[in-house]
This record gives sequence, structure tokens and C-alpha cells, in this order.
Amino acid sequence: MPNTENTIMMDVLRYRPEQDAKPVLQTYRVPFSEDMSVLQGLQYIKDFLDGTLSFRWSCRMAICGSCGMMIDGKPALACKTFLRDFVPGRVRVEALAHFPIERDLVIVMDDFIGKLESIKPYIIEKQPRPLTQGEYLQTPSERDLYEQFSSCINCMLCYAACPQYGLNPKFLGPGIIALLHRYNLDSRDCGEEQRMPLVNSEDGVFNCTAVGYCSEVCPKLVDPANAVNVNKANSAKDYFLRFVTPRGGGK
Amino acid sequence: MTVPVSSGRRPYTRSMQGWWRRNTFYIEYMIHEGTAVFVAAYALVLLVGLVRLSQGQAAWDAWLQALRSPLSIVFHVITLVAISYHTWTWFHIMPRTLPPILIKGKRMSAAAITRSGLAASAILSIILFVLVWGLWT
Amino acid sequence: MKINMQRSNAPVFWLLFGAGGMLSALVGPMLVFITGIAVPLGLLLSKDSLSYPHVLAFTHSWIGAAFLFAVVVLFFWHAGHRIFHSLHDLGIHTGVVAKLFCYGLPLIATLITVYALVSIKYF
Repeated sequence: MPNTENTIMMDVLRYRPEQDAKPVLQTYRVPFSEDMSVLQGLQYIKDFLDGTLSFRWSCRMAICGSCGMMIDGKPALACKTFLRDFVPGRVRVEALAHFPIERDLVIVMDDFIGKLESIKPYIIEKQPRPLTQGEYLQTPSERDLYEQFSSCINCMLCYAACPQYGLNPKFLGPGIIALLHRYNLDSRDCGEEQRMPLVNSEDGVFNCTAVGYCSEVCPKLVDPANAVNVNKANSAKDYFLRFVTPRGGGK
Repeated sequence: MTVPVSSGRRPYTRSMQGWWRRNTFYIEYMIHEGTAVFVAAYALVLLVGLVRLSQGQAAWDAWLQALRSPLSIVFHVITLVAISYHTWTWFHIMPRTLPPILIKGKRMSAAAITRSGLAASAILSIILFVLVWGLWT
Repeated sequence: MKINMQRSNAPVFWLLFGAGGMLSALVGPMLVFITGIAVPLGLLLSKDSLSYPHVLAFTHSWIGAAFLFAVVVLFFWHAGHRIFHSLHDLGIHTGVVAKLFCYGLPLIATLITVYALVSIKYF
């Protein structure tokens, strides 16, 4: 039972398309305890103060990637950010930056999903492998090559961090490129060439200007900035070597 | 983003105006990107010098004389600070741009990569200075 | 949102940007110090260090000419590319004019550098 004498002011950016011309801040006084996350604060608001508040959440333990939002102007997972770090004072909660706001703290993520589908986020085999051939063998060092990039939970904090995505919403973006990189680096995969056109495109890796904030905010230490910038070199290699090497064939 | 009006949905797109002022991380980014102006300015000084060199001794001496003016000294001090900041930030960003570097089976840390870059800069700078000092002073 | 699948020509300019950035990071500070502070003031180095005979001989040599070419040209291409993107970051519309400025000036500088170096060597 939270100590009602200890409270914190939460300023939440509301947006109800049926009644608001544009988003507006609404303040709630929320009782707080040392172990409360921002997500729990929002849940208190919804349960006891204002049932109309809309926000996404699920696991409440930083693995599902649903509760990404702007907390005091910085992209963060609400379940992984604690009210105690803002006390005494106020905390401002807004929808994830660089995405259109659907309602309150819910953003439109169709663009992200569409791009995710476009990079073929699955193992593309060299040739079909029957069950009788058994499983793929992969050494620990082969696994190590792509492991960090496989940690992505699609929380989109990196998109909220990336100003180039904010300025050009057609940019593939950090998280998607990190996932693309994850598959390219996997020894079982042979689809790098199929994914290259996206990397090389006008909306590909060269939109990135190495701000690096994406990697700063990533809750899973994926380092998407690394994935994007390493692929600049890959893309440059592809740009010049396309006149030398024959097209077609796997790695 | 287009949605049918009948759905009642009206997604709101926020402005990107002044985005870089909202966060110290972005402000620092704009500053280190801005060092490019000083790199260009210095290159211009060198380009003028090169043209002067091609025009003979009198022109070259006039360029050297211009470099001795207080305005030039102040400009170069500011440029030195800016280009040094470029060096510092360049090698801090460098680890992000490289694939894993393995030394005896272990990944080289970002800090180690930065240190190597800064060390290379220091060593080359010393060599450059010693060459000018040894050959021409 | 439909991605523009046209292949970008960015790699050319990105490589020039990277080379110029690396070179300026490695030798930029010391060059500025030597040419802009130390020699003019006679600080640690003599005021005559960059005298006409010295520098002419340096520029006549292939190493010297190559070094000067690399420094001047790559510094310009690095700066042009970075400034172009900074303009974009500042919200300034980066159309044909911005491209002419940011990539045209380095091109002109490259041509002037080649001309100057060739005329020093052969005329």
C-alpha cells in the first residue's frame, strides 16, 4: 500500500482525437513508494484517478518492449524507469518521439512494422535443408558475432532517439538495421545480398550521421549505431565492387 | 500517415523544430559536427598559402606576414581548440563504426580503440613537429 | 511508407568524409599549431621554419606534394559533407543550392590545388 503522504506530480501528455485539437499536458498527483516504476505510476492513474488514460504495457519487466515513452524528454521504458529518480520534483511523460500520436501515450507504429517485414527478418537458407540432415552446427564464436543484435525487443526507443528518423520518417532506422545486421551475421543465413538494396537505398544507412543516441538509450545494449555504421562500410564496398564481382550466388 | 476519417482516428504528428535544443546529447552532437566549419576554414588558409607559394617568394612572404597578425593568431587558437575537439570526438565515435576487433580471441573494448586512435594522433603529431623542428628550425 | 529504393551515391562522399575526418583528426591540431601559432610567433619553432626555400623544396618533392594535396583536398571534402548534413539537421532545406555549395566548393578547391601543385613543380 503506497504511503499517501509521499506523492509525486506526473505531467502526462494527453491526446484524445475526438475532443483535443492538439496534445495537452494533464497533471496527476500520484502516491509513490521507493520501488514504484513510472509504469506503476501510470497504472495508478488509470486505476484510481483517470480511467481514460491510454498506454501500452505488458510484461512490466523490460523484455516485451511495449511501454516505450518519453520520460522527462528522454526515450525510456516506463517499467524500467523509477519515480524515485524524479522525487522531489515532477516527471513529464509523453508518447514516444518521432511517431504520430494515436491517443495519449499510444503511438502509430505501422511504419516500424512495415519496415521490419521488408528486411526479411528470418534465416534465408543457402539451400533447402531436410530434417534428416539434422540441425545447423554453430560454434560459440559464430554465435558471438550476432548475439548482441539478437537482443532487440522492438521497443523503438532508438527511433525516438534518432533525429534523422524524426527528420526523415522514411529512413529504415537503427533498430531495423540492427535486426538486418543480426541476420546477415548469422552463419546459417545467406540473405545478405537480398537485404543489400535496402541498406544501399536513399532511405538506407547513409541517412545516419552517427549521432549515437540510439545506442545510448537502448535498454538491451544492442548498439544499433554500430550495426548501422558497419553497414555503411558494407554498402560502400558493394557500391564499388558491383562493377568487379559477378551478381548472384550466396556468401 | 493516412487513416479513414470515418474511423475517428486523427494521428497527431509533432514538430521537429528545435529538436537539438531539447537534450544535452544533441547539443554536444551539433557542436562536434560544427567543428567541420573550422576544418574548412583552415583548409582555405592552406589553399591560399599554396596559391601564394605558386606565385613566388614575394607572394609567399606576404602570406607568412598575414599569419603573424593578431587576428590570424586568434583565429588559429580558436581553430586549434575546434580541431582538437574534432580529434577527441572522432576517436570516441570510431568504435561505433568498426566491426569487432579481436585480439587473442577477445574483443577490443571501445575505450581501447579510442585510446589507440588518440595515441596515433599524438605520435603522428610529435613526428610532424620533430620533422619541422629538426629540418627547418 | 514506401521506401525510396534508388541506390544512394552517398558512399563516394562518405568515403571522402571519412578519409578527411581521419586525416584531420590525426594531424589537424599539430598542423594548425605549427602553421598558425608556433611559426608566426616563433614559439618553440623558428619564424623562418616555413621560409620560401624550405616550403618550395617540400612541395617540389612527391611526398610533400602528396601530403599537401591530401590535407587540403580531404579537409575540404570532409567539411563539405559534414556541413551539408548539419544544414539538414538545422532544418534548412538542403536542395540544389546547398549541394552546389557543400560539394561544389571542395571540387573547385581540388582543382585549384592540382593546378597550384602542378605549376609549382613544372613552372
